[in-house]
Amino acid sequence: MNKKEMIAMLLAGGQGSRLGILTKQIAKPAVMFGGKYRIIDFPLSNCINSGIDTVGVLTQYEPLLLTKHIGIGIPWDLDRRTGGVTVLPPFVKGNEGSWYSGTANAIYHNIRYIDEYNPKYILVLSGDHVYKMDYSAMLEEHKKNNSDATIAVIEVPLDIANQFGIMNTNEEGRIVEFEEKPEHPKSNLASMGIYIFTWDVLKEALIKDNKIHEQSDFGKHIIPDMIESQKNVFAYRFNDYWRDIGTIDAYWKANMELTHTVPVFNLYDEFWKIYTNIEHQLPQYVGEKAVLQQSLVSEGCEIYGQVYNSVLGPKVIVEEGAVISNSIIMSETIVRRGAHLETCIVSEKCDIGENTQIGIGENVPHINKPHIYSTGITTIGDNTIIPGDVKIGKNCEIGGHTLKEHYVNGNLESGQSLVM
Amino acid sequence: MRAIGIILAGGKRSTLGVLTKQRNLAAMPIGGSYRAIDFALSNLSNSGIKKVAVISQYSARSLADHIGSSKWWDFGRKKTGLFLFTPHMINQDGFGFRGTADSIFQNIEFLKKSNEPYVVITSGEQIFRLDYEKVIKYHEQKNADITIVCKDLRTFEVEDYGVIGLDDDNKMTDFEEKPLNPQYTTVSLGMYVISRELLIKLLEELEQDGRYSIVNDIIIRYRKKLKIYGYLFDDYWKRIRDINEFYKINMDFLTPEVRNLFFNTYPSISTKAKDEPPAKFNVQAKVVNSIISGGDIINGNIENSVLFRKVFVGEGTVVRDSIIMEGATIGKGCVIENAILDKQVFVSDGQKVIGTKDKIILLEKRNIV
Repeated sequence: MNKKEMIAMLLAGGQGSRLGILTKQIAKPAVMFGGKYRIIDFPLSNCINSGIDTVGVLTQYEPLLLTKHIGIGIPWDLDRRTGGVTVLPPFVKGNEGSWYSGTANAIYHNIRYIDEYNPKYILVLSGDHVYKMDYSAMLEEHKKNNSDATIAVIEVPLDIANQFGIMNTNEEGRIVEFEEKPEHPKSNLASMGIYIFTWDVLKEALIKDNKIHEQSDFGKHIIPDMIESQKNVFAYRFNDYWRDIGTIDAYWKANMELTHTVPVFNLYDEFWKIYTNIEHQLPQYVGEKAVLQQSLVSEGCEIYGQVYNSVLGPKVIVEEGAVISNSIIMSETIVRRGAHLETCIVSEKCDIGENTQIGIGENVPHINKPHIYSTGITTIGDNTIIPGDVKIGKNCEIGGHTLKEHYVNGNLESGQSLVM
Repeated sequence: MRAIGIILAGGKRSTLGVLTKQRNLAAMPIGGSYRAIDFALSNLSNSGIKKVAVISQYSARSLADHIGSSKWWDFGRKKTGLFLFTPHMINQDGFGFRGTADSIFQNIEFLKKSNEPYVVITSGEQIFRLDYEKVIKYHEQKNADITIVCKDLRTFEVEDYGVIGLDDDNKMTDFEEKPLNPQYTTVSLGMYVISRELLIKLLEELEQDGRYSIVNDIIIRYRKKLKIYGYLFDDYWKRIRDINEFYKINMDFLTPEVRNLFFNTYPSISTKAKDEPPAKFNVQAKVVNSIISGGDIINGNIENSVLFRKVFVGEGTVVRDSIIMEGATIGKGCVIENAILDKQVFVSDGQKVIGTKDKIILLEKRNIV
């Protein structure tokens, strides 16, 4: 019988709706970050770097790209004879199937997968965050405290603590109260969505809770219930780089931070490498008239134009005369001659036409979705074609194959959507 | 599968000086991200040849490291594989290979245990792209015993090659190894297609006669007995002959034709994954007409150069017409011109390393300036 000390379950089924058009066809964990990476690369790499070789990835929303990216786990060394990575989509049971209706519900549906490995502990992760963390150190803490559950926490500024799940702890680190997005937070210790459970305790809780709550959730049900029933629930303090990149603005800022001369997040660490699935490890070519400053540029890019303060994914082509500033351009996008891109996010496999200008004009929040697009960043979804000689404002949302006639007088005013 | 592959990676050339002191020719860094042998391995794999032996005489360590995991070229399958054979591993008495044919003969079990009808023999130091399936088809069509891949160099300055004479049907009529007075402009590229059974038979005959060379003892000696054909290849092809040629091959990657051929043409040339982060260009960076690779951090000026992975270039430094290999660190205010910096060379602040077009300066691995 298999016997793994700890296996990981990675919740990767969420849409990440606050990332707007970026997650229209791509699950949030598969969204590219830092040039060549996808968000899920961070927890997956952390797993293998922490010595965890069995990872179940729970997918649900738009799983195509995610499943293809993970494959059999070769880039993360997770192609194993026992264990390794397993993609776990929702499935049909008997005559009826059901979607994963909550974070704990998703794990509940996969109890059989977990039992297959007979683990003592289980690590629950989400595919939404960018950080480097040694889960084995957290497990040591969990064992030392003889915990039933250990929750990784990070200090956040008190004034934004109301956006997080806040843990109130006593002096020995035991969690005495958990408040989801409290109006008046009593502490600034935010849950990072990283949990270690002793498996038999969690299994029992999952079975019990799924009888009560249809949308069984860790933050809403499992954790508060464990605290209430006097289980040993401890906080594990983490005080290194960690970013929740759930909004367009946070996503853009976290990328921009990487372009700083000495970035807060070190991707150059030889002993904690972040791995990703990239087909070919091509070099990149910088042409005769190119200007490249304060930027990250990935494999296989060809740069003939000007790039300032930007992050470029693999195989991006920037033609001569094109100017890109303060922007994120994802893989296999082409920015044609004379195009000007200012403060925008362009997803994968896009085509930006000649002399088109993006990110100009007034900073008007999006007319229908101000909660998504309001900080001046224009966002372009994957596989989008934008014709030449059009002018596009700020806080715009564009997706699909757009034609010149879709732009009124060749313009898309700030705060407008154009999704085909 | 129709063929197995043999890559002869034995070479070591004094003309490459310290570059091959601890490195097999086949492990020479090419074009920012590759090793020379990646081209041979990818060509074989892309042609559907998935069982490949790499036979190496010297300095196999860097090579073993590079091909240690066969998955990057898609070889590591149940019925396929990538094998590295060195004399040390198979000879009890410890002598090396006595020649190209001997190196294959000593691994004849590899041939005997296979059941593919053909063998493709190639070498690990050539930079090119070729579909061997086409060569095998040609070989069958001509009903040849041996097919030699060759190229018309359109010059009589071919003293360094095996020069081949072909008739109108491309049947070989003459072959001279490194001729003093070349009669032809077509040269053998040292790549052969031969049936596996014939190769086994020839190698066993050669061994009995104490003969060890493919060129002298098979191609030249059997030129009248066997039907040997030339397959004319007429695309980009370079061989790492000496330092100048090595420098030129790398500089060729600054031309769009060569980049398109190797980077943008399907199927691609594969190499071992290194998982470096994206290259970083800081505020003072100024890069013109250069190859930059993953993990590079650029603060200075780079012109007409090829940078391999994880190179650091400090502020105010100028790197011009140079090749900088993996992990080199160049401090602030340096000038590097017409130079080849081997892996992990360290150039401290303000130093100058200046060669000329005719005399490229070479800094040995881990050298500190």
